[in-house]
Amino acid sequence: MNRLRTMKPAARQNLISYTLVTAAYLVIRLLQGQGMLSRSIQGQLVPICCYIVMALSLNLVVGISGELSLGHAGFMSVGAFSGVAAAVSLESGGVGSPAVRLVAAMAVGAVLAAAAGFIVGVPALRLQGDYLAIVTLAFGQIIVNILQCVYLGVDAGGLHFNFLDAELHMEGGVSIISGPKGTVSVTKIASFTAGFLLILVALAVVQNLVNSRAGRAIMATRDNRIATASVGINSTKYRLMAFVVAAALAGAAGALYGLNYSSVAPSKFDYNTSILVLVFVVLGGLGNMWGSIVAAAFLTALPETPAMRGLADYRMLVYAVVLILVMLGTNNPSVQSFLNGKLRRKKRRKEGAVK
Amino acid sequence: MSEQPNSSYPKPKLVPVPSTNIIPERDIDKRPILECRHLGVDFGGLTAVDDFNMAIGRTEIAGLIGPNGAGKTTVFNLLTRVYQPTRGTVMIDGRDTAGKSTAQVSHMGVARTFQNIRLFGNLTVEDNVKVGLHERVKYSALSGVLRLPSYWRREREAHERALELLSIFDMQDMADHQAGSLPYGAQRRLEIVRALATGPSLLLLDEPAAGMNPSETAELMNNIRKIRDTFQIAIMLIEHDMNLVMGVCEGICVLNFGRIIAKGTPDDIQANPAVIEAYLGKRKEAQ
Repeated sequence: MNRLRTMKPAARQNLISYTLVTAAYLVIRLLQGQGMLSRSIQGQLVPICCYIVMALSLNLVVGISGELSLGHAGFMSVGAFSGVAAAVSLESGGVGSPAVRLVAAMAVGAVLAAAAGFIVGVPALRLQGDYLAIVTLAFGQIIVNILQCVYLGVDAGGLHFNFLDAELHMEGGVSIISGPKGTVSVTKIASFTAGFLLILVALAVVQNLVNSRAGRAIMATRDNRIATASVGINSTKYRLMAFVVAAALAGAAGALYGLNYSSVAPSKFDYNTSILVLVFVVLGGLGNMWGSIVAAAFLTALPETPAMRGLADYRMLVYAVVLILVMLGTNNPSVQSFLNGKLRRKKRRKEGAVK
Repeated sequence: MSEQPNSSYPKPKLVPVPSTNIIPERDIDKRPILECRHLGVDFGGLTAVDDFNMAIGRTEIAGLIGPNGAGKTTVFNLLTRVYQPTRGTVMIDGRDTAGKSTAQVSHMGVARTFQNIRLFGNLTVEDNVKVGLHERVKYSALSGVLRLPSYWRREREAHERALELLSIFDMQDMADHQAGSLPYGAQRRLEIVRALATGPSLLLLDEPAAGMNPSETAELMNNIRKIRDTFQIAIMLIEHDMNLVMGVCEGICVLNFGRIIAKGTPDDIQANPAVIEAYLGKRKEAQ
């Protein structure tokens, strides 16, 4: 316990995050073994993992890099659709092992989402603040509209692709993506364990990145761009790095999400989902990784509990109000001084006890 | 060959070449670290700096003074390419900075502090210095994420060098404090340490003594000399505290309304009527 107190704050944060995730995983596995989890919660386990990874990756952009991105679900959709396409083609190509297909799907989803992040990021990161938020918002809308026009299938001859036209000219074979209907007849291979491992990977990537040379450059850019340039750092490069890494993680989460349902429509990844993830990040605390994890898990599971189900329709409304309150509260000088005063008094009491 | 060949040099407008630059005698054999020629910038119709000519010797401590709004900080922003000059050139160690970004000018060996302190307030003191070491202690982002051996080796090196640099100002005990929570004077010193971490050959200090009491200022004077002696670099500083400027600077340049009105040693400057007039105003003609 003493060692925990003398640890550097960053190291302590990392430790808390890993312990929290592992403990939660073990507890849920135990409850599952005892048959104490309701069906609806069991069905939410993989989506919860996906949203946690989404929140972690968006926190890298919003909390660490300090840019407001409103199109994060767009990268998730790129990952979901490309990941599902990869998994289904591997399956029809005769790859039997679901684990191999799942990992391959997440890797493909991550790479393509990273590519999308790069393509969007290069022009968009010339902008700052509100302007960047608007561009990312537009990207989220555009990608959904594009995906609604995509038709993709696979047969013995390989992948068949068509845009706007449902006719794929296949000989036998299976349809993978069918326009507005999204992915169709997918073999569900996503598992809770895979989600848990993905969270650990995402945590490791984000936290290791933050506590490295590149991460310091990203945070320096957030705190003061001119000073960052004056010590010889190319800020654009590091902002882009944060953006692309976040997109890649969102892509992997999307692939896992897509393989958890037999069918996912593109409209699932619209503006509401982006805002939902942003709510997780803001409520969990900007730059606070374990906060994001708790907020994402809690706010995804809460509407599914029997007591809250009646309120599920008002979910977005409640989140919007909560988001506004948090933003007002954290930017309000009187609220801040009130909170600071409480903290200081607590600290003083502690110091007094030591003396 | 009856026709006059078309020369690629059109009929020129003749401008004076500055020969008024001064540097310490000991640096005369070496190329000046900084040389500005006819440097000028306009903001809209306003000429903020015009015809700024200056050279700084390799190991010189130079001062840039002038009344408020004279354009001193603008000169710093031109040297570091935060602003793009409208006219003239800036040579760092004989290399032109035209077309370079602020970051590239830093790579050429120019580091600076800011009048309104610009620290990375949410990072720790040590991390602020490590950001300054960004270009000196390098490893790839991938080896950082994967925690390869080069990460551990380089991080340890960065940690040691950061503490060593902080010890210049006896700040190594504050390494884990949040930079934004430091007292004002310590924040100014940390900015200097961060600038030194980039390994500059020219250090620009923008009002380093602002907000300091006389004893702190005296200590700062010693530290400025110490930094020059240990790192063997040139220092250029903007300052309103005349005790500091006259005590530590070797060559002084006085700016008024964007133009240089005097150059010389501290003694020259103190005796210069143009400088006295710029600071105190003109004596009214006797009735």
